[in-house]
Amino acid sequence: MKTIKEQEREIIDEFSVYDDWMDKYAYLIELGTALGAMEERFKTDENLIAGCQSRVWLHAESHEGKLYFQADSDAIITKGIAALLVRVFSGQAPREIVEADLDFIDAIGLTSHLSPTRSNGLLSMIKQIKYYAIAYNK
Amino acid sequence: MFDVNRIREDFPILKEQVHGKPLVYLDNGATTQRPARVVERMSEYYLRYNANVHRGVHYLSNLCTDANERARERARDFIRAASVEEVIFTSGATGGINLVAFSFGEAFVREGDEILVTGMEHHSNIVPWQMLCERKGATLKVLPVLDNGELDMEALSHLLTGRTQLVAVAHVSNVLGTINPVRRVIDAAHAAGACVLVDGAQAVQHLPVDMQELDCDFYVFSAHKMYGPTGVGVLYGRRELLLQMPPWQGGGEMIKEVRFEKTTYNDLPFKFEAGTPDFIGIIGLGEAIDYLSSIGMENVAAHEEALTRHARERLSAIPGLRFHGSSPHASSVISFTLDGVHPLDAATLLDQLGIAIRAGQMCAAPLMQRCGVTAMIRASLAMYNTFQEIDALHDGLLRVVAMLREKR
Repeated sequence: MKTIKEQEREIIDEFSVYDDWMDKYAYLIELGTALGAMEERFKTDENLIAGCQSRVWLHAESHEGKLYFQADSDAIITKGIAALLVRVFSGQAPREIVEADLDFIDAIGLTSHLSPTRSNGLLSMIKQIKYYAIAYNK
Repeated sequence: MFDVNRIREDFPILKEQVHGKPLVYLDNGATTQRPARVVERMSEYYLRYNANVHRGVHYLSNLCTDANERARERARDFIRAASVEEVIFTSGATGGINLVAFSFGEAFVREGDEILVTGMEHHSNIVPWQMLCERKGATLKVLPVLDNGELDMEALSHLLTGRTQLVAVAHVSNVLGTINPVRRVIDAAHAAGACVLVDGAQAVQHLPVDMQELDCDFYVFSAHKMYGPTGVGVLYGRRELLLQMPPWQGGGEMIKEVRFEKTTYNDLPFKFEAGTPDFIGIIGLGEAIDYLSSIGMENVAAHEEALTRHARERLSAIPGLRFHGSSPHASSVISFTLDGVHPLDAATLLDQLGIAIRAGQMCAAPLMQRCGVTAMIRASLAMYNTFQEIDALHDGLLRVVAMLREKR
């Protein structure tokens, strides 16, 4: 299992081949599509993240001390962003997630292009993932 | 002669680039840009003439007071109000509606009374009335919207009862663009003994409005949607009603005499203008009105009509595009959805192409539900927009739709 830092490094490398933002978005769309649909039973109001212009669902489960995430959104770019977060955080220990200080968002330019994140839910998603981790870390 | 290229010269921001692309600004329903002369006028007052209004005896204070009151006269003339006493400066359309919801509510709304809104109102013409109803034990009723985006005028007569105290209606829908038959709503409401507030936030920048012709009781609008500054707006109120309504906020300017035993209030319109007004914003609004008047609202309306026709024609050729609102009586606000494409995705990608449009609920959640969607895309056109910009939107949409659809 790769660490959070290793996952981030991979993502940064993948995005580094694109100069043009339309290409970066095309890649996010690809990632969003590849993530597939979330199981309908997890698309509950409880799993809906507040404060996004699109609907974003995030579901967490714990197996043998690690957290596993599923995410979905009705907006495909948002789903692509969710896919990145799932990839970075899924399978990690709650403590690692709580303490994680993400570099990749800045490094691939998501901060400047997708902030203020109220619209796409990036910040809300990270916050929600961390809440889950805090809850399971107890 | 209306020359869009000359008008564009007045708006420096239209020469800006975003993401390395020429800006195509089609989010005018949210806020318009300001011509340089509005900003210059305000900056001149800040840098050379600033002093508080209505209370100073010195030169600058008199200068600003005069300018503030000249702006009021311009606003009066712009909407053809009978008197400057009926022109109250507010923080914007929202501020005006809240003022009326409080003051009219205090004076006229009792338990069991009814307030009628329409199904196409902006949140700011819904929530203040809900708050009033909660405060007074009154009931909020809703005039439905038809499938074509027009008001269900047949239902109006059934919804107006002897208990209806006020009808709140948008002059022009901020989502559907529908220009509502407000005069008919007003006549029906008056016949039933109810007053009418018209939300003109999406109207005054597109068409001439005339308080004498409309005969409404209240009319509100914001400066920033009509080429003026943010934070300023106008509430028109019928004098006889304003006289009977208590002040909304207390403070300086709105009083005649203050004693701890009993304070008496100032005359209209100052009774409703507590505290230091945004007088430099107000002066900016006056300048925006001058600017619009120099172009002529009829010319603005004609250009926007041609632009809207072109836009609807071009966009309708995009496969899977569905307009929301198809009334022939509509402004230059165009909302639509694209099959298989989330509005937020489309807006995000269009932004990369330099095209600014709105995506989301447009502060009208009940209308979204009525239309059966969670979000829409809105292009709202202003007098400085061009046919080429519409074509850029069309081409941009084709490109982003291809990107978003092929993956699904």
